[in-house]
This record gives sequence, structure tokens and C-alpha cells, in this order.
Amino acid sequence: MGEMMSKVKVSTTINGDPVEYLCDAEETLLDVLRDHLGLTGAKEGCGTGDCGACSVVVDGRVVCSCLVLGAEAEGRKVTTVEGLATGDRLHPLQQKFLEFAALQCGVCTPGFLVAAKALLDRNPDPTETEIRFGLAGNLCRCTGYDKIVRAVQAAAAEMRKG
Amino acid sequence: MPLDATIDPATHKFALVGTRPLRPDGIDKVTGRARFGADASAPGMLVGKILRSPHAHARIRAIDTSKAAKLPGVKAIVTRADFKEGDPGLRDVLHNVMARDKALYDGHAVAAVAATSAAVARKALKLIRVDYEILPHVTDVDEAMKPGAPVLHADMITANVEPAPKKASNIASRCEFGHGDPEIGFKQADLVIARSFKTEATHQGYIEPHACLASVGSDGQGELWVCTQGHYMVRNQCASLLGMDVSKLRVTASEIGGGFGGKTTVFIEPVALALSRKAGRPVKLVMSREEVFRASGPTSSASMDVKIGVTKDGRITAGTAEIRFQGGAFAGSPVEFGAMSAFACYDLEHVKTVGYDVVTNRPKQAAYRAPGAPMVAFAVESVLDELAKKIGMDPIELRLKNAAKEGTRSSYGPKYKRIGLIECLEAARRHPHYKAPLGPNQGRGIAAGFWFNFGGQTCVSLNVNVDGTVALAVGTPDIGGSRASMCLIAAEELGIGYEQVRAIVADTSSLGYNDISEGSRVTFSTGLAVIQAARDATAKLCARAAKTWGIAPDAVVWEKGYAKPASPNAGSFAPLSLADIAKTAGSTGGPIAGHCEVNAEGAGVSFAVHMTDAEVDRETGRVEIKRYTVVQDAGKAIHPSYVEGQYQGGAAQGIGWAINEEYVYGRDGRLQNPGFLDYRIPVASDLPMIDTVIVETPNPGHPYGVRGVGETSIVPPLAAVANAVSAAAGVRLSELPMAPPRVLAAIDAAASRRS
Ligand code: FES
Ligand code: FES
Repeated sequence: MGEMMSKVKVSTTINGDPVEYLCDAEETLLDVLRDHLGLTGAKEGCGTGDCGACSVVVDGRVVCSCLVLGAEAEGRKVTTVEGLATGDRLHPLQQKFLEFAALQCGVCTPGFLVAAKALLDRNPDPTETEIRFGLAGNLCRCTGYDKIVRAVQAAAAEMRKG
Repeated sequence: MPLDATIDPATHKFALVGTRPLRPDGIDKVTGRARFGADASAPGMLVGKILRSPHAHARIRAIDTSKAAKLPGVKAIVTRADFKEGDPGLRDVLHNVMARDKALYDGHAVAAVAATSAAVARKALKLIRVDYEILPHVTDVDEAMKPGAPVLHADMITANVEPAPKKASNIASRCEFGHGDPEIGFKQADLVIARSFKTEATHQGYIEPHACLASVGSDGQGELWVCTQGHYMVRNQCASLLGMDVSKLRVTASEIGGGFGGKTTVFIEPVALALSRKAGRPVKLVMSREEVFRASGPTSSASMDVKIGVTKDGRITAGTAEIRFQGGAFAGSPVEFGAMSAFACYDLEHVKTVGYDVVTNRPKQAAYRAPGAPMVAFAVESVLDELAKKIGMDPIELRLKNAAKEGTRSSYGPKYKRIGLIECLEAARRHPHYKAPLGPNQGRGIAAGFWFNFGGQTCVSLNVNVDGTVALAVGTPDIGGSRASMCLIAAEELGIGYEQVRAIVADTSSLGYNDISEGSRVTFSTGLAVIQAARDATAKLCARAAKTWGIAPDAVVWEKGYAKPASPNAGSFAPLSLADIAKTAGSTGGPIAGHCEVNAEGAGVSFAVHMTDAEVDRETGRVEIKRYTVVQDAGKAIHPSYVEGQYQGGAAQGIGWAINEEYVYGRDGRLQNPGFLDYRIPVASDLPMIDTVIVETPNPGHPYGVRGVGETSIVPPLAAVANAVSAAAGVRLSELPMAPPRVLAAIDAAASRRS
């Protein structure tokens, strides 16, 4: 390959909207979201799959978008933190994170929300231990997780009420 | 500013202070809208990257950037020559930002490029040739102090030693604190225990890597967007290192994704500015996680000897400590704080601590939450635990018998004003956790901790808007929910609703100088400044009401959101609300604003008592934390949820430090674990719920009684966990982290001693 790498053209769905973009073959989905599409909600905490700050949902599965290539999003459905709220209505997880003060600096919050939503989609009534293990791929350095776990429990209870 | 005479913190009913409203920056942070350091971009932006030394210690013979410069897309390359030398206060800062004749640690910056893409920038770094002469290195504190150790700085003569040493060494300075004569005290003891302890360096571990976006125009005016705990510090230091006027550089603090002390200095910011100035285009520079580990943070590692004597009935007769901290490649480890705080919890007649600040071939340490105190508390509280066991006394009882209180002469000099250690110890003893039964292979540990807290330079501005809302500008980056607390305080003083106040962190050109958000100072000193600014504003509001009513300004008082005549003598007028007065401000004298500029004094020291139950797997040495309770004095909790959050977060970081986290160096002096996979911080499944008790013993130096809360919470956990693990394992653990191999080795060694 020469100096100029040819770009990959990708058609995908992000937060319900059809999106097309060109990316370099080696660019990650996280790079694409953040640098090309202006979706900076997902954060790069490590770039190696160890912190979960970049979590997004691809076809129903939580992935570290720093480990997925932008080209791999072709034909898939991607949900990012920006897609959790409906208009001005927050998702119950977002609401409970606020009420329970489950964020201090908030840089881990998008990743936690995305991972917690996927967890509750799978298991609407998780135990504390299931929540702790379900979110063990997400690092938070500020909170000690106590308030995050409580917020997820409260959101789960609310979502079960429907 | 002393405690308000009108406020008895025990009984005073605040309207808003002490409630738990949603934080004003919350929606942005749960929707992904909040903009952190790496979230900004600018038209024409370049990507900056830094070349770092792969060697722990090496002379830089030459740097050849000519090949890299020819690579298409490379727009600027900078080395040390692009910075302004000569500011003595910033000599080490500059050395750390960019190496000159020597690279002093694995990860030390040696050059940087700005290019049109990350790929080109990476390629350019590979084309820069650095001619290194590799030198012998040292990374351990005790090794670095030995005669014959490789010396980092040929001009480092140990300070505060008489007579001054003739030869250079790695010992930057010695310090000493205390009073009385420990030798007399030890003679009065029935039991004296002396032990040695070691702790490894840990990283603050903020999830957001350092990031900034710099833009300098050819007119020499600069803009910098950066995640930092102190954007005024960044402005002043960068301006000096680039030879700019301070007024020409405007720094805006982004949302900050954790700092814990690690974002209180400059690393990449001067580099990004230098690149931008050279390229004539904006440059974004973001550290990778590996760079964060190799070249920012960490805390000091420590080696400590502690000796304490007690009588049979539990009176401490003397305590001494010698502590040695390595702070990386430059002087400035927090060894003084360590030496000052070692025995600060206790009322001692004879106490002496000596500290040594030592340099090694590691990244320059940065402040980490109560810098210096947690390691020393680990050593002192471990010895106390052992003493309590040996004399058969309850560990809380032993601490209560010796606890510092109002009037105690502290081990570092000053006499304490009102403090809350006894209240914390009693609350811990009353807590159900303290009596709960333990399971097999479990042990309980308790420990106390102290931190100074800080005030400092603060400037805030409070503008009353035409509709009766208020815009509050503060200059201390919000690292833990402080905008919520500031809104609460302003609304409390003004007598308006919490939602009517909007707080922002203003940029450096919009407000006077503010010290860094550090030292647990923000709720205390920015809060104090907000109170004064609000009172300045209410005085002006009263004056406007007086003008409207045609009476003297001092005949008007501000009460619960209204200007009222001070007494019936002043006349009979319907009270005017803040909104009423704001609406007509244009015709009564113009805009209404309150200001405060203060160098806040009176920060109250604070104490905490932690207790925890640990379970040890005797087969593998693995430690599990089963239960954890934090008791801490907040003076007055403004927003209790975020106070609890500080308690829990400090405890979690301390648990990680105690059982898992450490910098691991290879024989080559390179960091072996610069990533979250191998430097493992606690995850949700590693921890239990963290119970909290907020004790409120008012600080006499603040109108509401506030004490800082951010740092004390990381002081006791190393010791509390070590005491619990030692109880569970049946053997004293004196080195951190208590990772499985170390715990297992201790258990095996104890078993073979017994057999
Ligand atoms: S940035 Fe993807 S896991 Fe850390
Ligand atoms: S809130 Fe700061 S990392 Fe989680």
C-alpha cells in the first residue's frame, strides 16, 4: 500500500438512522464514531478493550468499539449512548444514574449506560452479583461502583413496572 | 471566614444545603453530550504525537528529525529547543515535559510531531532518530539511596542536612517533624514494636487520558482546551514555557474525566502549544493509556520504619517513623506530607518523624489524593493494630485512648481547633458492622486516617439576570460534582431555588486567578467565595430596594430571598424579591453582580475511620473484600450524595492499592504493566457495597462548618485492609500490594515458622 490508503465505504445504521461513511481500513469503530461522525459520547479510556468506556451495542451485543473496525459495522445496527434517550425523554437508566448520583466525573458513564442497558435487556431482574459481574468490563475510578449498582437495580425495578 | 455566629450547625435548618438535587451537568453526562478533553475539534486540526524514551536512563547524544520532517503530512516537529528555558520555578517541569541531555525514565518525552493524521504522525515518530547512550538505572527507593547507586542528577546535593554532603546523590532532601523526646517515651512503654513496611507506586488511574487542543496564531495569541484540575496553573506554566504573555493565552477547562491529583501539572499542554505555534494550525494531543502509565501520575513508592511504644493500659508513650519515598526522576515526592501526617491522629507527648525525598528512574510522581498520607497510615496503623492485639485491647478503644482532639498539639506542629476524630471512632464503634459475626477465613480491620485539607486563592463572580435567575462563574474545574454544591450554596444564600442558579467553570480570561482543584479545597474555598459573592450581591440588592423605597441602604435586610425594611422604623414596604429587583435593575443603577476574591484560610483538617472484613483463600492467597464501612467527618455535607461518593471512591482506590495495584519494573528499568489489563484497578465484581457514615463536626473556619472531604477517604484503607487481611491470614502483611503470591508466601512462611 502506498502513502494514500484507499478508503472503505460503509453503510450502517446508527441509533436508528441510516449512515454512510468512508474510513481507513485500520480505523476503529470508535475512531469513526468520534472523529468522523461527531458521536463523542463513547470514550477512549484505553484503546485495548480493558475499560469499557467505548462500549456500544452492535446487533444486540455490547462490544468495545475500540476493538471493532469501522469497516465491520457494514450492514449492522449500532447503538451508542446518544441513542438511549427518546427525544427529551431519558431512558430509565439515565434517570436513575442521575437520581442515585452514580457518576462523579462521568467519563465512564456512557459505557456503563450502554452496558447496563444490554444487561437489563438480557436479564430484567438481575441480582446484585449479576449486575456486578455483568458490568465487570467497565471501569469506574470515581464511584467505587456502589451507587452505579444501586442505580441499575432501581432502573431495573422501574423497567419491570413497565 | 469563621463559622457564622448565627448558625449552630447542630440545629440550624438550611433550606437547601444538605439536600440531594440532581446535578446541573448531569443530563449532558448521561446523554454523551458532555465535552471532555478529547472531545473537542477545530477546523484544520492536526494530530500531535510524542516520541518517548524506551530507556530508563540514557544520555541523548543527538536527535535527527530530518527524515520525519520530509514525510508528507508532517507539519511541525518540536524538541527541547522549542521551549523557553530559564524559569527556575519550572526547571523540573520543563525537564519532565521534554528531555534535554538525558532521558530519565522509560516514557520520558524526547520529541513531538504534528501531522495531518494519526497514521502519518505515528510514522513520523518512527523516522526520528535518537542517538542514546544507555546509562545504568535505579528504580527502587532503598537501592537509589545506597552509595554507589547510579546518580540521576550530577548537581543533586541533599537539602536540609548539616553539614551539606560534598557528593551528589539521589536524596533530594531530608525533613523532620515532631516534639518531645521519643527515647524518654519508649522507656515509659510496657511494649514497643518496631516494623518495616513497603508500598509500591500506584497510578491515579483516571479513566480519561490527558488530552488537549491547542491553537496559537501568528499574532502569538493562544487558546487551549484541556482536561485539567487547574486551568490557571496550566495557563501560567505554559505561558512561561513558551515565552508568551499570560494574557495572550486563554485556557478553557473541559469536563474532566477524573484526576485525583494526577491532573495538577502540565505534561502535553506545552508540547501541543509549541507544535501549534510552529505549524500555524490547531493541534490536538491525546495520550494513549500506555503513555498515561509510563509518563504521567503515579504516586511515590515507599519504604518505612515505624516504632511505637504503649503502656499496658493503652497509652501511646512515643512514636517514631523514618520514611523514604521515591518520587520518580525529580525532587518533590510528598514525603513531607507523609512525615507530617504519620501520627496526626494521635495526641502524643513524644513523636518524631524523618523523611527522605529520593529520585529514581521512574516517571515524576504526581499528587494522588492525600499525597503521602495513605502509605504512612498503612505503616502506623498496622503497628497500632499489632499493639492492640498484644495488649489485648479493642483496636478502636486503643485509638480512642490516644485520639487527638481540640487543643491537641499535632505531630506536625499546630494545635488543633475543633476536630471530629473521636466522633468518627465512636460512630465506627456503634456501627452494626463492628459487631457483625465473621465467617471462616475472614478478618476485620480498622484504621484511622488524617488529611490537612487546603484553602487557597479563589475568585468567583455571581451575576443576577433580568429574570431573577443567577449565573455563577467559578474558576475551579468540577472534579466531583462541585457545580451542584456551588448552586446549592448560592441558592441558600440568595433565598432562591436551586434550579435558578447555573454554575459554569469560567475560562482563564473571564475570571481572576484560581488555584487548582486540589487539596480537597473546592467545596471549602470556592464554597466560601460563593457565600461571600452572594452576600456581596444581596447587599447590592438591598441597596437597590432602599433606593426604590427612598430609605437608607442599611435600613434594608435580605431575608429568605426578599429585601425587607430592617425594622418597622424604617418604614412599611412590601418585600421585594430578587426577581423584582432584577427586573428593574436597569433603571435603579445597572447590572447587579456579586464578586469575591479571597485567599481562603481556615480549611479544617479532617479524619476518617474505615473498617473492613476481608476473606483470604488459604490455597491461593486471594483476598476478597466482603464488607466495607467508611466513617468520615465532613464538617457540613453540602450535597450528601457527592460526599458519600467521595468516601466510596477513595475507599475503592485504597482497596485497589492495598490488594492489587502496583507499578512493575523489569530489570531493564522499563514499566512492565502499562495498561489496564496488567495494572488492574478494582471492577464492580471485586467490591462490596461501601457503607458510609457522614459525621458532621463543624469546621470553625467556614461559615457553614464545611471541611474538605475528597482526600481523607483514601488514607485509612491501605491499613484497614492490611489489618483485616493480617487477621484473616494469621500473619502480619507488611508489604503492598497484598496480591495472591505475596499473601500465600506469608501464610506459608508463618506455617513453616510454627512447625
Ligand atoms: S477504550 Fe475500548 S475498552 Fe477502553
Ligand atoms: S465517574 Fe469517573 S470514572 Fe466513573
